[in-house]
Amino acid sequence: MINSDSLLRIQGLLLRYFYVLRSSWPRIIEISYWPTMQLIIWGFVSLHFGAAQPEISASGILISVVLVWDSLFRSHVSYTLSFLEEMWSRNLGNLFVAPLRPWELMLSLASISMIRTLIGMVPAALLAIPFFGVSVFEMGFPLLAFFFNLVLTGWAISQVVTGILIRYGLGAESLTWVIPFMIAPVSCIYYPLSTLPQWLQEIALLIPTSYVFEGMRALLLNGEWREDLLLKAFWLNGIYFFLGMCFFLFAFRAARRQGLLLQSGE
Amino acid sequence: MVNVLEAESLTKNFGAIRAVDNLNFELKQGSMTALLGGNGAGKTTTLSMLLGLLLPSAGKIRIFDYDFVKDRYPALKKMNFSSPYVDLPQRLTVRENLTVYAKLYGLKDVESAISEMVEFFRLKAFIDRRVRKLSAGQKTRVSLAKALINHPELLLLDEPTASLDPETVEWIREFLFTYQKERGATILLASHDMKEVEQLCEGVLLLRKGKLVEEGSPTSLLAKYDRKTLEEVFLDVSRATQ
Repeated sequence: MINSDSLLRIQGLLLRYFYVLRSSWPRIIEISYWPTMQLIIWGFVSLHFGAAQPEISASGILISVVLVWDSLFRSHVSYTLSFLEEMWSRNLGNLFVAPLRPWELMLSLASISMIRTLIGMVPAALLAIPFFGVSVFEMGFPLLAFFFNLVLTGWAISQVVTGILIRYGLGAESLTWVIPFMIAPVSCIYYPLSTLPQWLQEIALLIPTSYVFEGMRALLLNGEWREDLLLKAFWLNGIYFFLGMCFFLFAFRAARRQGLLLQSGE
Repeated sequence: MVNVLEAESLTKNFGAIRAVDNLNFELKQGSMTALLGGNGAGKTTTLSMLLGLLLPSAGKIRIFDYDFVKDRYPALKKMNFSSPYVDLPQRLTVRENLTVYAKLYGLKDVESAISEMVEFFRLKAFIDRRVRKLSAGQKTRVSLAKALINHPELLLLDEPTASLDPETVEWIREFLFTYQKERGATILLASHDMKEVEQLCEGVLLLRKGKLVEEGSPTSLLAKYDRKTLEEVFLDVSRATQ
């Protein structure tokens, strides 16, 4: 499926996003600014509450979940912002008269999103070691699994948001920042699943991120590696990723039917 | 001559509005044809369908003998497009833009493709300048360089000389003429400039309210309407069908 022409096109788009980053220092700073700010704020929150109730900050749980949750948000924002670059520069028309398949665009966006997420998250995670004595890297392989799961959720959300953007234009831009937080309450980031009322727990069980954070808590607080939770998260992410892809392709076709690719403004 | 493009009963509806109504035409290999019409005649809609940016409501498009509506990608490799209304990324330099598009069109030797475009379009003086810092004429040259980077056999141009100074206009016209003759390329250009059409095109498709109301060579249309300029023919057709 991926032939040499596809690879060239993906490489071309990655270059395009790299050039944009290189040309703008605010964009580069922005990538690691928010993860670092989050880390600093939550680090001090953790120290403050941890002094009164040590279980809150035990094993660096609070800082770890903040960093891992941010990887979802960063992966989503990086994916969507790269797509928005095309809309801001009114370049969609040129892109889609080239032999660029929508899946090649999606793969390019996912690749640049991964690069930008790592650029943003790794320095913040490294800073947590000297400043707060918390190393998420001590989790080892499970950290990779948690991280990759959340990145997948971020991309699934991005596919829906970019689908909405391609269909409704830049007027829907604010959804980029809003939609990831819709799943935050049921993701059980800062509290266990049992905290939620029963009916909300049932909804949370449909959200892959709740399994990730339950799994993280089990690992960090009890030293228990819950493979079952991770598998459920992967399974659900697979479904949502597929649905997100279908949504984007559906929106892309709708945009082609309505002539929106040449008028990607507001 | 082989037909490079065939449009059959091409129709596009936007809700209750019929923007393009049952168009039938073909473009012969190596020809330069103008798509003429007033505002809202359906030129951009037609071009968008021929580029795969817009799905027709009905009808068929065959380009290089591919069913373009069903699978446009094999044909898109051999086509390209330029319009003053579709921008290139402004933050990127000319070289960066050309690099990106050379790769998007699957070119293996990007450097030599760019060198060729730099020479063709005299881009050397601003090749490493960001697009947003270029003048309108320079932007048009860059846009055309992007449109020719893959040596397209079919080139679709939307008002290629709009808002440009006379010297640049003349230079672009000469370039298109030479490119068509030397490469045997087929060119379809949407234009409001009748002088340009008379100078460059051997075929004219005249649209009004989405319908093809006249088709032929500029000379045959001048003879048919007993007029001296295409502009007069254009006005006659517009008035006659009002």
